[in-house]
Amino acid sequence: MVFEVFRRERKGQPFQHAGAIDAPDERFAEIYAREQYGRRQESVALWLVPREAVNEIDEFPDEFEMKYRRVDGYSIKARLHEARERAGTLDMAPGGDAAA
Amino acid sequence: MDSQTAEFLEYVQAGGQVETGDWMPDEYRSRLIKFIEMHANSELMGVLPERDWILRAPTLQRKLALTAKIQDEVGHAQLIYRVIEDLGKPRSACLDDLVSGKAKFHNVFHYPTHTWGDVGVIAWLVDAAAIVSQKALLKCSYAPYARIMKKICWEESFHILHGRDVILTLVTGTDDQFGLVQEALDRWWEPLMHFHGNPIPADEDPMVVWRIKSQANEEARQQFLDGYVPQIRELGLEVPDRALRKDEDTGTWLYTEPDWEKLREVVTGHGPASAERLAFRRLSREHVAWVERVVLAEAA
Repeated sequence: MVFEVFRRERKGQPFQHAGAIDAPDERFAEIYAREQYGRRQESVALWLVPREAVNEIDEFPDEFEMKYRRVDGYSIKARLHEARERAGTLDMAPGGDAAA
Repeated sequence: MDSQTAEFLEYVQAGGQVETGDWMPDEYRSRLIKFIEMHANSELMGVLPERDWILRAPTLQRKLALTAKIQDEVGHAQLIYRVIEDLGKPRSACLDDLVSGKAKFHNVFHYPTHTWGDVGVIAWLVDAAAIVSQKALLKCSYAPYARIMKKICWEESFHILHGRDVILTLVTGTDDQFGLVQEALDRWWEPLMHFHGNPIPADEDPMVVWRIKSQANEEARQQFLDGYVPQIRELGLEVPDRALRKDEDTGTWLYTEPDWEKLREVVTGHGPASAERLAFRRLSREHVAWVERVVLAEAA
């Protein structure tokens, strides 16, 4: 059986994928994982997950190009410049005209 | 080359990384397996010269440190064989090819050890040469391999420290102890110069073209010389190559051209300790076969 191993390096940190081990059963998987990912006190916790149990999703279609949900959906710079120009405050802006 | 392959090549050359389930050209997969397999085999074969010294280590502390290093290296082999398994070649097939002599392992593990000085030089300089290559593999286009390299490099840094400590103890000891290091360095210099391979230009090296390796052989060797020749010399040790010097104008190290034909012979299983090491690996595989049978039967 292949087990995916996730390790937490320090308290407060997220579990991160560390690698995979091949073991005949869960008991051996635990022993191998302890040796492979914990023998230098480099982890405070490990998760062992049988590979079949992982439900991977790796496609995220965006048919409607919903750019308003992303930062690249907003173009502030040009319009801010225009607004400052209109207000006559271009020289007051931080960095002056460079903001354009 | 078909358009899908050309697109893939362009992708990896631009720094793109590939995951296990992604489509990859057959040539990429087979080169990847061959390269990674040689690495795994080297980790596994590399413990044999050190294993010989567990019982002969000079102190209990050294014995423990050496044992820990050996465990690390076997652990690296396990991690790396796992990567190969996910690419489609089972570990048992890798081990079959290793003991039959079909698959290769690194040149430095085809040589015998004579004294504790060799153990120090191996842990310090062979591991240093290896870490130059392995650090470059952190940028390998095959992401699962690049990821485990992080853990491997981290552990190798302990080995260099251990090796340096062994060397420093010997060179600050008696004249005889100093002599053990110098003699070991004389023995290991040629294999060390061979280690990074012949100076094939990057654009002609398929491993670089596919971005399995991120640096050319000569670049790795220069990095090793730059990092370690000054460290060797500051201890009063002499590198056994009169031509070795750094060209201050170009910043490159000049040296006597190694015998590349000899390297080829060594890695194809004709090194001074090749047959003995493979025979031992074959024997230990037979000896532990029952463990595998029992464990798998119990788990079933």
